[in-house]
Amino acid sequence: MNNNRKNGVFTKVAFYGILSVISLIMIVPFLWMINTSFKDSTKIFSFQFIPDPFRWENYLQVLKTTPFHLFYFNSFYIAVLVTIGTIFFGSLAGYAFAKLKFKGSNLLFLCLLSTMMIPVEVITIPLFLFMRDLGLINTHVPLIAIPILGPAGVFGIFVMRQFFLLVPKELEEAAMLDGCSYFRIYWNIMLPLAKPAIATLTIFTFLTSWNEFYEPLIYINSKELMTLPLALALFTDEVGTRWELLMSASVMATVPLLIIFFFAQKQFIEGVTMTGGK
Amino acid sequence: MEVKVKAAEGLPIQKVRSKFFGSEAFFGYLFVSPMVIGFLLVMFIPFIYSVYMSLTDWKLLGDPNFIGSENYQRLVNDPDFWEVMKNTLLFSGGLVPINIMIALLLALLLQRHLPGIGFFRTAIFIPVMTSIVVWSIIWKYMFGTDEGFINQILDVFGITGPAWLYNPKLAMGAVIVVSALKNVGLNMVLFLAALQQVDKNLYEASYLDGANKLKQFWHVTLPMITPTVFLTLILTVIGSMKVFGQIYVMTGGGPGNHTKVLVYYIWENAFKLFDFGYASAIAIVLFVIILFFTLIQWGVRKRWVFHEQ
Repeated sequence: MNNNRKNGVFTKVAFYGILSVISLIMIVPFLWMINTSFKDSTKIFSFQFIPDPFRWENYLQVLKTTPFHLFYFNSFYIAVLVTIGTIFFGSLAGYAFAKLKFKGSNLLFLCLLSTMMIPVEVITIPLFLFMRDLGLINTHVPLIAIPILGPAGVFGIFVMRQFFLLVPKELEEAAMLDGCSYFRIYWNIMLPLAKPAIATLTIFTFLTSWNEFYEPLIYINSKELMTLPLALALFTDEVGTRWELLMSASVMATVPLLIIFFFAQKQFIEGVTMTGGK
Repeated sequence: MEVKVKAAEGLPIQKVRSKFFGSEAFFGYLFVSPMVIGFLLVMFIPFIYSVYMSLTDWKLLGDPNFIGSENYQRLVNDPDFWEVMKNTLLFSGGLVPINIMIALLLALLLQRHLPGIGFFRTAIFIPVMTSIVVWSIIWKYMFGTDEGFINQILDVFGITGPAWLYNPKLAMGAVIVVSALKNVGLNMVLFLAALQQVDKNLYEASYLDGANKLKQFWHVTLPMITPTVFLTLILTVIGSMKVFGQIYVMTGGGPGNHTKVLVYYIWENAFKLFDFGYASAIAIVLFVIILFFTLIQWGVRKRWVFHEQ
């Protein structure tokens, strides 16, 4: 008995020990980032638990020297449009693949799904040339249209189809008897039912778009059109070792979103589980 | 009254349905058409086009000429390409085992309902939600030679830390660790989901048979979650083949070419040197590698369908 109890205590200590170490490794970089963002440039090389002098001015300096509000706005509105487009087209096609009978639907679905294995990096080169011929380089069009019509949209179809497959047929049949058109069944019955799936898809798509780096790097040249990740990556080259400024910019770019997504973790995790299970 | 209206409405619908327009199939095609057109424009045609481009000497200016397999011959004889391949495999070979093992350990620990679990789960998941650019910037700073957190800690113990990201022997290791930490939460979540699926009766049965915790893990847990572990492993391998952001931010492929990986080389050839033909050939190599792993995944998936149900 006594031995058993000792064993239990030991397990618990090991349990919390391992988890604390790994969690610390994850969190310390963020604390270090916040800490440095308030430091004076002369104090970068010294450990200070609370920076002295405590410089809020670092943030003001970043806001003054870069169009940071534009980076924020660009990232935000692009992510919103990509999310809306993905949900609309993804759910519409997902509904059709799950519920409507038409020739070749399975084959079409498989074709769409198989594109998930084409790396974006492979098709970006021709897409860049197409966009150049259309005069769309250095605009936001490729950053919005390509994900909706391509990878994000396909993932959307997949998630929505899985959900609609679980909706009982009776609901549709009742609506059919009432003379609803297929679009009204989709819009008035299916979409409201699919709120949980839409929530998952929203969080997942928004975050993916918000964090996207490769495409903005290729399509955007002008500073005022940059998204946050691209602006930060180039800011790194620009300010060199002015770490306090770089960290202020990083804090502004991440912390507000992390707080929002702290509450949306569940949906994001669901999205992850679905991707893994595809 | 109500019945009459319904009947009256029902009539024209009946008529229309006999034709293709307005039929179920019509709406089916209509609803999937935006995505099918999108698939053709954004995925399928560009993909075919990039295969074609890989057979040309496409540059930024001037007309492209068809040169057959010349780009691929150049690839085989390009020492930089082989170094890039080596680095990509090194990255993958380092990242995948670290990531999977830590993720599995974390999932096993976090599946228990002890107080404080929520905090640990969130802490481990935060990097997953952070942009790879920000995560890499912070870690570039953590690994800084004089100003970095790690070397300042080492300094406390009287050790002079190395120039992590500028040392040919250490740079890749640093990038691997940073990448593993970024996404370990992702795989942990997948493993947690799999662990929840394991039938609790199996544990009870094995407990009655006198199996201890370790034996239970080897003979019950591990076999039951093997399909998930394997699929996650392949997804992680595929992801590791496409690494770019952290390399771009942390090392820019350096020192020398020591951390230059496939996607970085594609990007460099396409969008810095504007050698689109050659870059397409490297991109096709990337596609073939990923296709290979995807096919394994599909094959294995079929065999394990029973487990997944």
